[in-house]
Amino acid sequence: MNRGNHPSVETRRPDRAALIIAVVLALIAGLIFWDVSRLTGLAGYSQIGPTTVPYVIACCLLGLAVWTAIEAVRGDFGHEREHQEFGPVFWIVGGLAAQMLLLNALGFSIATGILFAMTARGFGKRMLWLTVPVGIVFSFVVWLIFAKLLQLSLPAGPLERLFF
Amino acid sequence: MGTFDFLLQGLLVAAQPMNLVYALIGVTLGTAVGVLPGIGPALTVALLLPVTYKLDPGGSLIMFAGIYYGGMYGGSTTSILLNTPGESSSIVTALEGNKMARAGRGGPALATAAIGSFVAGLLATLALAFIAPYIVKLALVFGPREYFALMVLAFVTVSSAFGDSTLRGLTSLFVGLTLACIGIDQLTGQTRLSFGVPDLLDGIEVTTLAVAMFAIGETLYIAAQGDRGPDKVEAVKGSVWMSAMDWARSWKPWLRGTAIGFPIGAMPAGGAEIGTFLSYATEKRLTKHPEEFGNGAIEGVAGPEAANNASAAGTLVPLLTLGLPTTATAAIMLAGFQQYGLQPGPLLFATNPQLVWGLIASLLIANFMLLVLNLPLIGLWVKLLTIPKPWLYAGILLFATLGTIGANPSVFELGMLLAFGLLGYVMRVFGYPIAPVVVGLILGPLAEQQLRRALSISQGDITVLFTSPIAAVLLVIAALALVVPLILRARGRGQVLAQLAASED
Repeated sequence: MNRGNHPSVETRRPDRAALIIAVVLALIAGLIFWDVSRLTGLAGYSQIGPTTVPYVIACCLLGLAVWTAIEAVRGDFGHEREHQEFGPVFWIVGGLAAQMLLLNALGFSIATGILFAMTARGFGKRMLWLTVPVGIVFSFVVWLIFAKLLQLSLPAGPLERLFF
Repeated sequence: MGTFDFLLQGLLVAAQPMNLVYALIGVTLGTAVGVLPGIGPALTVALLLPVTYKLDPGGSLIMFAGIYYGGMYGGSTTSILLNTPGESSSIVTALEGNKMARAGRGGPALATAAIGSFVAGLLATLALAFIAPYIVKLALVFGPREYFALMVLAFVTVSSAFGDSTLRGLTSLFVGLTLACIGIDQLTGQTRLSFGVPDLLDGIEVTTLAVAMFAIGETLYIAAQGDRGPDKVEAVKGSVWMSAMDWARSWKPWLRGTAIGFPIGAMPAGGAEIGTFLSYATEKRLTKHPEEFGNGAIEGVAGPEAANNASAAGTLVPLLTLGLPTTATAAIMLAGFQQYGLQPGPLLFATNPQLVWGLIASLLIANFMLLVLNLPLIGLWVKLLTIPKPWLYAGILLFATLGTIGANPSVFELGMLLAFGLLGYVMRVFGYPIAPVVVGLILGPLAEQQLRRALSISQGDITVLFTSPIAAVLLVIAALALVVPLILRARGRGQVLAQLAASED
């Protein structure tokens, strides 16, 4: 058991992660400015058109970026961050990506079965030879209920066409 | 016709056999999903939204009402038996409830939670029915500027009034507002922030965002904690029934909890958890058994649980009468309405009274069903709690993606699901709250619309926003709700506020 509860940042030192967040917020603000600047300001009666609100939001984001940066430099962005293990995260993200890419080719059951198995792998079930079939069968049952009974449009693949 | 007639009519609608079946399915599914550890009502509602896609609006909303109440109930079971509150409003229940379960009094704890939820749900739903028409009347005099002020107030209270950091709350809110700008502008038809991607023209689906941030973000976060060993599920020993003593100690907290919870939920400010904390504090002060507090006092379960349910019904007041969601759950319910082109608000009461009153009446029915279902089925719910984590989260992701695929089976939509899931994960790591993003996304376009209407009536004169007394008062309250917590935190009094939004433990 990992007791991963060490606050990873020492106080009174510029907080790198918080600075990155500040930069990202500023970048989003910049993106809004850039995108909205090409809209024609169809202001109509009021001086307020489709561009106004995005500009206000972008200004607020800039302000929040500055605020975050100040807290980062002063070291009181705070918040104890728990130790993060990235292995499981990669497995689950991989599973989601696999489902996304395979969905239309292999159908709901197989693609989702793979997501199921990779998520279980992320949580420590290593037996893929077991979890993949279990996942596919389970997903197929779910497909039956939702696609056949509740008429949701879930993409069918070779497995589903075998039965219907 | 008076409220009473409307309510009777609603009951007739809700008591149609098909609608009863929908309500029953709703409460069963809602409880089953809500019981799963780490899943709160918001996620329960978001995950189960696809089940209702193919129903007619009436049936779907009735099922929704059942899911909402069922999810609330399921959450309290989890926090009593597992000590992992699925949402912040169950934290207090876990405080005393889990201690009771450890002392072998899990049965009475669950019973007082269930019956307390029932009493609170019943009274609060009736209060909702009687208050709603008055607020609707009030809302009819609201113009665009009053609505805008109301939404600003909701933004501030949802994002920054509570929690440990104004900065983080506001950042979350503005992330949501930014996402809300994506798509075609409602008034001029120009595209904003969609960068030529056709899939973005319709904007971002609230359900996609909510499911991604709550389900996928949470799953990634839990997975990244590594293996901490299994959580201990407390067995329910002995009888689930309460003794005469338990009843005597429970009924007053139920009523007090309801009285505290409902008004707090009904204010356009949001936050079911505040009511539960206040109720806990009240019970602690009034109890005749102060020594039991902290070791499993039944009052400490009965009061907060009632407050929790009462404020859940309370949040339906601004949602149904003003179209104003004040919690993440309410935001997702609003999305549920919008999928049928229904916009909750005073107009809906006028144009579609059967629907609104059928919904309110089915809340009452769902409440009865929960009481009948839950105590006998408690053994089944406990079994759900013991599902091992790998299977549990694999299943959660299956259903999370199912909803998105069912709504729009495109690679792009799943990509967004993944991207927002990662965003939700990163935000959790750095302690950003999630609910403001969801509320910002759904309320942002509405607020912008009202603002632009108000300003085009005034021909661009911004002072018009402050010259209506109602709007001015609302904006002043919003400003206070923003500034006062900042001052409190600066003076080192922030712990109180942080506690009010407390994260686990």
